[in-house]
Amino acid sequence: MSRPEDTLPPDLFYNDAESRKYTTSSRIQKIQSDMTHRALSLLHLTRPSMILDVGCGSGLSGEILSASDAEGTPGGPHVWVGFDISASMLGIALEKEVEGDLFLADAGQGVPFRAGTFDAAISISAVQWLCNAESSEESPAGRLSRFFNGLYASLRRGGRAVCQFYPKNDEQKRMVSSAAVRAGFGAGLLEDDPATKSAKTYLVLTVGGGELEGDITGVVRGMEGIDVMDSRRRAKDRKRGDERKGSRAWILRKKEQMERKGKVVKANSKYTGRKRRVIF
Amino acid sequence: MKILTLNFLTCARKLCKSSNTAFPLHPKEADLEIVETEINVLFLKNIMGRLMWEELKGVVGELGLPDLPPTPPEPETLVETKLQAPEGDNTGLNIEKAEVPSQIAKDLHRVLLETCVKEGKLVCGNCGHEYAVREGIANFLLPGHLV
Repeated sequence: MSRPEDTLPPDLFYNDAESRKYTTSSRIQKIQSDMTHRALSLLHLTRPSMILDVGCGSGLSGEILSASDAEGTPGGPHVWVGFDISASMLGIALEKEVEGDLFLADAGQGVPFRAGTFDAAISISAVQWLCNAESSEESPAGRLSRFFNGLYASLRRGGRAVCQFYPKNDEQKRMVSSAAVRAGFGAGLLEDDPATKSAKTYLVLTVGGGELEGDITGVVRGMEGIDVMDSRRRAKDRKRGDERKGSRAWILRKKEQMERKGKVVKANSKYTGRKRRVIF
Repeated sequence: MKILTLNFLTCARKLCKSSNTAFPLHPKEADLEIVETEINVLFLKNIMGRLMWEELKGVVGELGLPDLPPTPPEPETLVETKLQAPEGDNTGLNIEKAEVPSQIAKDLHRVLLETCVKEGKLVCGNCGHEYAVREGIANFLLPGHLV
């Protein structure tokens, strides 16, 4: 898969030609609209809301946000504000006369809105661009933390944000989600079609509030076809159960761990980790 | 850019974050235009609690628009019930109550969502940085030394 963010900064990569290509390609339009609908279903909006679109580009997802409830946008029509770093993309959005307000801004420089402005935020295929820094004065971690801090402040309590992005590797996934957690969000990753070419990663962020249960596990409850893998709970369970070093449970876990790493591991049997009698 | 958005926008610079005067941004040499949209009372109701009314009045005054009432209208006053016949029924027998946007809601919608700043500048009250607005798009890119 080609990664445009490795070649050029976003404001230069999305020049007039590339922006037009991006916006007129029916394939990209279809993918973008599917992802926007997926993100909207994760946001659970029930009434017309104020939404921030980070990296709105030419307004492909904005058009869906402005659509009414009857046209398939839950809780719509919403009022949205979008920003993007590429002037060419915004130029195309102007030509299309999208309804939202547009800004030319860099998400890595923060979110210039006062506290509690938005009910929700959505970002489609944009956050991976923040993992690159173009000058020595800034770092990817710094840009991510400024973005998530600003986003956290500008969302109202009980608000949600869904950021779909294309992580380069697991390390980048971890970097993005830990930056969000450090900003104060309840964060979780939802992966559609994992380990396929069309894998999509959604970072689901929640801002406190009683309307939902804490974090992503509350968000996806009741949705079909989703397996929850909660690494926190596993760690907690282990602490609670009395799994001593050298016990059968411990050995089985270690063997499983080694197997996952690709090491050759002897098969488990009834003798695995069994205690020898004293008499022996 | 809608007047509504102006009521939420602050200066993007880091050192203005803690300042009270970084919000609201003051429009300068602004050209306005009216973009007609459909009224959405539910949205107005939703957003009412979040508006900073004094600052909104200030900005509206600076733009030379007609004054707003001294206090924000109550959410209940945004709709009024009216007796009317359902659409396509001219017999006059099936009159029912319908909720229609009141004049207050229409005026608010006009100011907040239909009045847009097309060209001009937005000036931060704290650092004096000017953000240019062209064709309704504000430029919030900061040069490296101002971030």
